Amino acid sequence: MKRFAVALGYIIAATALSPASGQAEPAEVIYKLYCVQCHGTAGTGQGINQTAGGLAVSARDHASAVQMSKLADDEIRLAIAKGGDAVQKSELMPPWGKVLTGKEIDDLVVYLRKLCQCVVAK
Amino acid sequence: MTLNQLLKAAWGGLTLIIAMAGEATALDGKAIFAEKCASCHNVTGPAPTTLQGVLQRKAPDLFYAGSKFKREWLVRWIQSPTPIRPSGVMFLNHLVTKDGKDSINKETVKLCSSKLSAPDAEAVADYLTTLKDSKMRVGVVDRGKKFSTSRAVQLFTKQYPCIGCHTVKIRNKEAGGVSGPPLTDAGDRLNPDWVYARIENPQYWDPKTWMPKIDLSHEKRETLTLFVVSPK
Ligand code: HEC
Ligand code: HEC
Ligand code: HEC
Repeated sequence: MKRFAVALGYIIAATALSPASGQAEPAEVIYKLYCVQCHGTAGTGQGINQTAGGLAVSARDHASAVQMSKLADDEIRLAIAKGGDAVQKSELMPPWGKVLTGKEIDDLVVYLRKLCQCVVAK
Repeated sequence: MTLNQLLKAAWGGLTLIIAMAGEATALDGKAIFAEKCASCHNVTGPAPTTLQGVLQRKAPDLFYAGSKFKREWLVRWIQSPTPIRPSGVMFLNHLVTKDGKDSINKETVKLCSSKLSAPDAEAVADYLTTLKDSKMRVGVVDRGKKFSTSRAVQLFTKQYPCIGCHTVKIRNKEAGGVSGPPLTDAGDRLNPDWVYARIENPQYWDPKTWMPKIDLSHEKRETLTLFVVSPK
């Protein structure tokens, strides 16, 4: 019963928190729809906006363990929610906190760790 | 029958014919659209709410066309469309990856197939103009208002990520990304109040659009709007 109540609370919270309408989407789907345009199909930073010359600062290579292990999970979370500006990086990295839920951003962090096959360097 | 009665009958018949003709043009636009355009364009809403739905969308939604477009542009463009979106309606449908680099396969990107005669284009534009969003605020942007281009360029290219996805003309040079529509001719196409509203809340118009919703003051949003619709 307690488990059920927790699950129910979670569902209600997730629905209430969702800035956009609709249910939470899996991280792969979110990455495809919002991130691939700049970070690329393989996450290597070679999306169409990059290869077309639209990005004066290169999009991060999410598949690079060297680059991604420099970033703590909290920094990644902040960069996604509030944009590059919030972590002293380029404003070309947009803020997604008004489009994604907290849960969706947490899932993205896990997804990015899979792409780089890395953890934050201690 | 007296002359007077005859005249009355003739007048009645004439007004009836005029009324029918009026009715016919009003109906025509909608009927022409249903026949030639509705297989690709959505005029009833709502917009898709899943990635699957977005991938399957064949053409831009037109259910708020009356709020979005300038009528003069519509009349011209639907007679002989020119390309707008360099990456198609949905970029993911046209991606090719070579040596780890994404690009767009131009051959699969389709042009709008509209090819209407001038009178048909007028009728369809009249119909599309009736498709308005009732909640959109109008009279927000005064197109003639002066603004600082250098500040607008700063906002568009440095302070916010707009240039990452949109191509614009700055000092006579085109620059920018390609996942969103180019804004070089946006002033001819788009209604300034709609541009303001689209920047304010992209997801209101298209829940799964890949443009972020960004907090901006009225002044910044107004400056960006004036820049977007200014002749370049
Ligand atoms: C308009 C292009 C664009 C889009 C869309 C975009 N990014 Fe970025 N992103 C960038 C750029 C450019 C950088 C590099 C910033 C720098 O190094 O100064 C970046 C950097 C990052 C970083 C590293 C931040 C840091 O602290 O170094 C992460 C993590 C990231 N992006 C995640 C994402 C995710 C997740 C999405 C999709 C929800 C996404 N990005 C969508 C352009 C984009
Ligand atoms: C086979 C599918 C198809 C049919 C049929 C079609 N269109 Fe289109 N239409 C498109 C595509 C694809 C685009 C996007 C073109 C671009 O961005 O370059 C488009 C774009 C448009 C636009 C601009 C929308 C925007 O948001 O930029 C208008 C207006 C339009 N079409 C009107 C019409 C009218 C009127 C007809 C019927 C006479 C019609 N279309 C028939 C596929 C179609
Ligand atoms: C991550 C990519 C991205 C960023 C960043 C972005 N946009 Fe967009 N924008 C889009 C997409 C995608 C569309 C709608 C695509 C469609 O209709 O096919 C759009 C649509 C628009 C339109 C309507 C254009 C039209 O022809 O229908 C305007 C105006 C606009 N954006 C302005 C801006 C401004 C101003 C900024 C910066 C504050 C910005 N955008 C940032 C992706 C982006």
